[in-house]
Amino acid sequence: MIAGISIYEIFTVTSILFFIGIYGFITRKNLISVLISIELILNASVVNFVVINKYLYPDMLQGVIFSIFIIAVAAAETALAVSIIINLYRQISSVEVKDTEIMKY
Amino acid sequence: MEKYIFYILSAIIIVFALASVSSRKMLRSVIYLLFVLCGIAGIYFLIDYNFLAAIQLTVYAGGIVVLIIFSVLLVHHIEMELEMVKMPRKILTVLLCVLGLGVFLYTIYNNDFNVVENYITTNTSDIGTKLLSYDSGGFILPFEVISLLLLASMIGAIVIAKGRKLNDKNNG
Amino acid sequence: MNISYTILIPLIPLAVFLLLGINSKKIKPAISGYIGVLGLTISTVLSFYTAYQYFFVQGKVDGVYQTFVNKSVWMNFTETLHIDMGVLIDPISVMMLVVVSIVSLMVHIYSRGYMKGDDGYTRFFSFLSLFTFSMYGLVLATNLFQIYIFWELVGVSSFLLIGYYYTKPSAVSAAKKAFIVTRFADLGFLIGILIMGYFTGTYDFETLNNPEGSVILNWAATSFMGLSVITWALILIFIGGAGKSAMFPLHIWLPDAMEGPTPVSALIHAATMVVAGVFLVARLFPMFYFVENGFALNVVAYVGAFSALFAAIIAITQTDIKRVLAFSTMSQLGYMMLALGVSGYDGHEGVGYMASMFHLFTHAMFKALLFLGAGSVIHAVHSNYLKDMGGLRKYMPITNITFLIAALAIAGVPPFAGFWSKDEILVAAFEHNKLIYYIGVFVAGLTAFYMFRIYFGIFWGKEKTYEHKPHESPLSMTFPLMVLALLSIVGGFIPFSEFITPDKLGFEAHLNYPLAAIATGVGLLGIILAWVFYKKENSLSDKYATAFGPFYKWTSDKFYFDEIYLFVTKKILFNGISRPFAWFDRNVVDATMNLIGNSTVKTSKSIKGLQSGKFQDYAFSFVMGAVIIAIVFIYLWTN
Repeated sequence: MIAGISIYEIFTVTSILFFIGIYGFITRKNLISVLISIELILNASVVNFVVINKYLYPDMLQGVIFSIFIIAVAAAETALAVSIIINLYRQISSVEVKDTEIMKY
Repeated sequence: MEKYIFYILSAIIIVFALASVSSRKMLRSVIYLLFVLCGIAGIYFLIDYNFLAAIQLTVYAGGIVVLIIFSVLLVHHIEMELEMVKMPRKILTVLLCVLGLGVFLYTIYNNDFNVVENYITTNTSDIGTKLLSYDSGGFILPFEVISLLLLASMIGAIVIAKGRKLNDKNNG
Repeated sequence: MNISYTILIPLIPLAVFLLLGINSKKIKPAISGYIGVLGLTISTVLSFYTAYQYFFVQGKVDGVYQTFVNKSVWMNFTETLHIDMGVLIDPISVMMLVVVSIVSLMVHIYSRGYMKGDDGYTRFFSFLSLFTFSMYGLVLATNLFQIYIFWELVGVSSFLLIGYYYTKPSAVSAAKKAFIVTRFADLGFLIGILIMGYFTGTYDFETLNNPEGSVILNWAATSFMGLSVITWALILIFIGGAGKSAMFPLHIWLPDAMEGPTPVSALIHAATMVVAGVFLVARLFPMFYFVENGFALNVVAYVGAFSALFAAIIAITQTDIKRVLAFSTMSQLGYMMLALGVSGYDGHEGVGYMASMFHLFTHAMFKALLFLGAGSVIHAVHSNYLKDMGGLRKYMPITNITFLIAALAIAGVPPFAGFWSKDEILVAAFEHNKLIYYIGVFVAGLTAFYMFRIYFGIFWGKEKTYEHKPHESPLSMTFPLMVLALLSIVGGFIPFSEFITPDKLGFEAHLNYPLAAIATGVGLLGIILAWVFYKKENSLSDKYATAFGPFYKWTSDKFYFDEIYLFVTKKILFNGISRPFAWFDRNVVDATMNLIGNSTVKTSKSIKGLQSGKFQDYAFSFVMGAVIIAIVFIYLWTN
């Protein structure tokens, strides 16, 4: 609980961060930039979990602990994503999104 | 006092996030992400959740960003300028995001949250006890599952990133 | 009288048709000939037995010949309106059984010799049996629909047999023409049947023909444009009959039908199929006589008389002997129709009906004989045309004598068969309608003239040079000639009036000497004229031909009716009706189908971009979908 800040303001911030992440995911042309956008999204959701726990249900710990799990999963997923990107780079010598379009009509 | 710190932190977060997704240079984008992550850690500190703030800084800022930087160095010429998408797509996406944001905020602001005033600091020992307890409400199972997940992702990363050349050298 | 065995009479030729038709490649020609003749012999024996039983053993009951019917319901529409299949035994159907059997059997025996060595020998016999089956079914029919079914079957058999030499284009188009013209007439027939069925509520002959029955008594119930609907129905049915019997103006197919082999012409287009129209009018005679005081019967009489005259005039100028015989058939059919047309009903008044059936009987004999004899000549000389024939009496004595007998019969010289029947026709005409009588007498003279023209032209006159010496035909071909000649001599002495009358009572007929003398005289005059013109080769005929000038040309071109019909069909029907319909079908109907297909392809091409393989597009759609669903639920939720 932060003195003087209502929950609405925090939600506003996290929502803006979430949608910036979505914008980046849809817009960027580089696979690693897409990865970075995913990180933003994940972080926004983690903050949401913690804030709700802290503001609305202070005697429970579910949100807090779940946020730990989210961070763990995000880390694992980023590691795997990077290894895939590196393997892909070896095959097609490029990390542009437009070179990964072969599964189409 | 906390109010102002919060406002500064949120300004940092938002500005650097925007910069991160619209930067033309790869490395700068990663560094801006780093700043965003630090800002978020600051919010965790403000909210009396020191443990997670520490984890955020260690894992995210220290681990993931470093990983991303390594991959950037592996696949890129560092000074290469990134291509940006064309204007129509950008406008469309901005519109979508604004629309989505509108939906979110409309819903949020029309809901009454029963805020409970408190200034409890989350103890690390409480978290640890909860994480490893067998009672109802204990998180021992997700804890074990997460460890399995991490193992799987490690093995997966190694296998995928090993590539063919190393394989052929080992077998042939 | 037990008539259950009569169903075998049509079924045996049907079985022969199926047997020969299915195994046409496997059966050796000689065997198929024997099978065909055997099957037909059995049917002939059964027909004679039926006739004997019916006329002599059963005889008249209370002075009237009974009608025997064996039928079963095939399609049921209402209580009274149903289509049956069955057998009807009554004086004219028994007589027709005898006629069809004799002529068909003779043609079968003849064909064994005539078609020898031909590739499609088995096919020919199977078609002949099909035709015989259809004809038997037609004469034994118990109701209008059954007769229509067999009518169409007979038409199909005729088509198959005319187009027997299917590699010759002229034969194929002749077969098509025959079928299409008769089919067109059958349209009238069908409409007549439907009107009849609708307004009288029945198709059955016994119910329709009953003079005291409700159908005939109520003929004036409904009328249309001044005439009763029953009269219209009868006229339409007569149109069907006129098509089959080659009455004017539906006669155009008969000369072309001579493209078929000669036994076919003898069987179908002389003796049996073409009399189906006459038979139909005779079958419905009580209706024709009583409804609207015989209005339809008058139509029949005038059409018949005109056709007789028309055909006789054209026959004088034709050079192909089979064409002359075809027009002669048309003319004699005209006689039969006009005899029916001038007939009364009761007792002695019914002499026209009797004469028509009698002439049908005798005409079958001598016309079949004429055709078979012509076939014999064509077989020897390998040409149909008069100019290639002459002086054949030395080489073909049997054909000569039999042909002479038939020609005398058709000219109406006593004591041959044709004299008796033609005389009765003229008596009937004299008593009812003098104009028709005069036309009849004139046509009798013309008949004698053109028939002896070809007789003298073939067997007398100057001998032409032949490729190889013509020889008499083998026994299989001359045997039927002799049998038919015998029948043409004695056939006239059968007391027909005892057996066949409209009221089924029978009466004694007496010879009317003055009229007989006039008829014989006119016939002899025709023979003498032909003698003068044609016995020795001279240019008398050419002089007269040029004297007639353009009229001669019109006549020898058959008054251009073929050309008129062709013009109407090609220019008016095809261009006016068929082409627009074809255009519509191709451009509107097909285009609609193509449009559906093409638009599907175009739509799929335009939306296949949705699966672009770009995951960012997928994410975009995903987020947009989620946002829209959220908006919808929030909006709905607040409501």
